[in-house]
Amino acid sequence: MSKRSHKLFINIDLPARRSMIMVPGTAREPGTNGLNSLQGNTMKFGLAERSRIAAFLIFAFLSFAVQLRAQFAPAPAGSAFSIPEAQLLKPEALIQLLQTTNKDKPLILQVGSHMLFAQAHIPGSEYAGPGSQPAGIEQLQIRMNALSRKKLIVLYCGCCPWNRCPNLGPAFAKLREMGFTNVKALYLANNFGADWADKGYPVEPGN
Amino acid sequence: MNQATNEAWRRGVSGIPKAIGNAPCILRRSFAVKLLLGLCVGVSAAQSPVATTSFLHKQAPQFVRTDFENRKLDLRAYRGKVVLLDFWATWCASCQIEMPRFVAWQSQYGPRGLQIIGISMDDDPALARKLYKKMKLNYPVAMGDERLGQLYGGVLGLPLTYLIDSQGNVQARFRGEADLNSIEEKFKTLLRP
Repeated sequence: MSKRSHKLFINIDLPARRSMIMVPGTAREPGTNGLNSLQGNTMKFGLAERSRIAAFLIFAFLSFAVQLRAQFAPAPAGSAFSIPEAQLLKPEALIQLLQTTNKDKPLILQVGSHMLFAQAHIPGSEYAGPGSQPAGIEQLQIRMNALSRKKLIVLYCGCCPWNRCPNLGPAFAKLREMGFTNVKALYLANNFGADWADKGYPVEPGN
Repeated sequence: MNQATNEAWRRGVSGIPKAIGNAPCILRRSFAVKLLLGLCVGVSAAQSPVATTSFLHKQAPQFVRTDFENRKLDLRAYRGKVVLLDFWATWCASCQIEMPRFVAWQSQYGPRGLQIIGISMDDDPALARKLYKKMKLNYPVAMGDERLGQLYGGVLGLPLTYLIDSQGNVQARFRGEADLNSIEEKFKTLLRP
């Protein structure tokens, strides 16, 4: 603030300065009890405002805490989120893998809906039963029993959004339980149609 | 966390061709970023209706089935009504979230010409029938198969809903976890006043 403006400010008389800080509509004209009523109104207004701010802060904190808990809580059993991130494979990565691997091609298994598989699936992949059903897990176990535990396996489903897929988590867990050490899961964020077929990656129909 | 946010952070922490990175620390640090991304772009990116080029404003593929009440379900018979054709399955959690809303819409907008039709893409019809009863669906539901799926361009992920106008033309396709309010707004414009 310049010297000139400072001088102007201190020369303003007290009532005028009071009127400068009054909240419109909350205080009476300065005069008898004017200052007291102003303080009273300010106090009432402040309490209400403080309550609102406190309520907002509590709400914000609780929302944040819930989000934080969801962030760090372990994924529920059976969810695709239970698969370690290091074991996820992006579609582009699988394509490269299929193009570069000559000798030991991965075994690609669809562990979701057969109706989806029959419409379109990754060429060379096999249908292994729905991972969410006990019968599907049994089918998977029978198919995998005789295989080397070091074999590279790629599981995929794509029935629905990743966070809703009921099939991949149980199938992945079963293979790990059987001792397979090189199991990957194809990460399809939305579904097989949107994240694989629509992107021009190869598909074929049939059982 | 919705799918779009998921995709966004996965893009952010992993490279190609290596498998998606195992970076829990980065994930924790990026929580706020994910939250913001989810708020800003998540809903709009994942839930906007996408109309297929091949079907938009063209005749919806016709089919005839037998519904769960053993009645003939002929899509052509609904000409003159606005049809919401919903592909669903019992293993699709998102589909089941939508169902109560569909039931309410059928009651509310049925008199104005809305007809919802459900097609189950389950492998086991018994499971579909059980859910049909449990959810008290008030619209016809029939089993689908791979042939019907391919007829509609491939039902390669659920939920999937087609909006068909009273002339039998496809007006929109809603894929994935769609914003139900957007669907409602869209079909309301086609209904009788």
